[in-house]
Amino acid sequence: MNPSVARLTGCLLALLMGGTTLAAEDIRLATTTSTENSGLLNYLLPRFEARYGGKVRVIAVGTGTALKIGEKGDADVLLVHARPLEDKFMAAGFGSVRKDVMYNDFIIVGPKKDPAAVRGGKDVIAAMKKISTSGARFVSRGDESGTHQMEKEFWKDAGVAAQGPWYVSSGQGMGQVLTMAGQFEGYALTDRATYAGYRDKTGLDVLVEGDPRMFNPYGVIVVNPAKHSGLNTRGAMAFANWLTSAEGQKAIADFKISGLQMFFPSAK
Amino acid sequence: MEWFEPTGLAFFLLLTGDADLWRIILTSLICSVIALLLISPAAIALGFLIAKITFPGRRALVVLVQALLSFPTVVVGLVLYMLLSRQGPFGFLKLLFTPEAIIIGYMMIAFPVLVVFTLSAVQGADPRIYETARSLGASPLRSALTTLFEVRFGVMAAVFNGFGRVVSEVGCAIMVGGNIAGLTRNIPTAIALETSKGEFAQGIALGFVLIAVAIGINAALAWLQGRGGLE
Repeated sequence: MNPSVARLTGCLLALLMGGTTLAAEDIRLATTTSTENSGLLNYLLPRFEARYGGKVRVIAVGTGTALKIGEKGDADVLLVHARPLEDKFMAAGFGSVRKDVMYNDFIIVGPKKDPAAVRGGKDVIAAMKKISTSGARFVSRGDESGTHQMEKEFWKDAGVAAQGPWYVSSGQGMGQVLTMAGQFEGYALTDRATYAGYRDKTGLDVLVEGDPRMFNPYGVIVVNPAKHSGLNTRGAMAFANWLTSAEGQKAIADFKISGLQMFFPSAK
Repeated sequence: MEWFEPTGLAFFLLLTGDADLWRIILTSLICSVIALLLISPAAIALGFLIAKITFPGRRALVVLVQALLSFPTVVVGLVLYMLLSRQGPFGFLKLLFTPEAIIIGYMMIAFPVLVVFTLSAVQGADPRIYETARSLGASPLRSALTTLFEVRFGVMAAVFNGFGRVVSEVGCAIMVGGNIAGLTRNIPTAIALETSKGEFAQGIALGFVLIAVAIGINAALAWLQGRGGLE
């Protein structure tokens, strides 16, 4: 390439990327859509960044993808919720440190008319059995996300084969699933935080809550620097330590949507 | 290579008639073909009329239709979504998250492609074809069909382009179809799902399947064209 053209191209690229290039102290966080969509990260990250002095760049995807991104070394730290997958990730040596951070709880939502008559119940398994034979539709994530893994466990325990015209495997995110359940006047398993943002738009009610089986633990994982070069492990450790510190845990508990606490600190 | 094995597996499932995979492929093909069959006559007629008739605002109309080619398919999906949702004006039809909704979306996406390509094909044709047909006593409709037959390769190119655009788009299909397994999941939305699951290799494998299907269809049509040229 002609040197002046090369320089021009370089300048253009620098201009284009000026706002987005990664500084050395920046931390790349791969996390689930639930932490991003609920607004938790918008609440936590400025507090952490003020302490740390660098930026956290968020990649919000499903837990499965977040772990894949960590496996490839394309993120420095992960905040995810799928314990069995996390354990596999650690056992394979892709993570150097894993800590419990918090949990949130899941709920069964459905139409006001509640054709399956599950309103007010506490037993999620009994409720799912009823829904499967109610004639109403159940909308599933169907995307191998943490939420979908949890749902599949429930169907197994209920002894229900999750298939047929009543079972809608949408292959989409939590927000779209709630929208779809609203359109179909059907049921869905959702985390409370996402539901809070979609309650008015979908007209769905909380019908089943409080079953300990629907508590969902989040963990923070520092991607193993022994597997990849160029990771910001110092920043990743700082983030993991801050999340599990007294200050980080208090910030998690303080985060509220419409006056309701969404995530419960669980660091030991 | 990481995608090599899943790609092999995908083609194995393809050849052994795996029900789930074929359902996805057939959803893609059936929705695309039906949408093109429904929208092509009107779009080709409009393309012909714009090419042949001069009227005030014609240039503006051409510019508008050409601009629609760059219209993002997710915006088409969004507009259609709002029309078909339960709260929307056509909610009573209960078409949201059905293959029919995808077909309507595909028709809206393919329409400007077909119009623009037909328009340029007809404009490129010798204007004497139409005039000669008229002077020999053919009706305007008959003369129009004669012109379109003379530029049939251009018109077929219009249809190929429309097909290529809808069969490969993901934004509208996922929005109004909902990517429901066994109902509205097609090749591009299945790829989007595999990617979101972190199954990148599976996504690539499905991408190869889409290319193979496209090559098959285009080869068949090219063969037909070749035969047409011999006559």
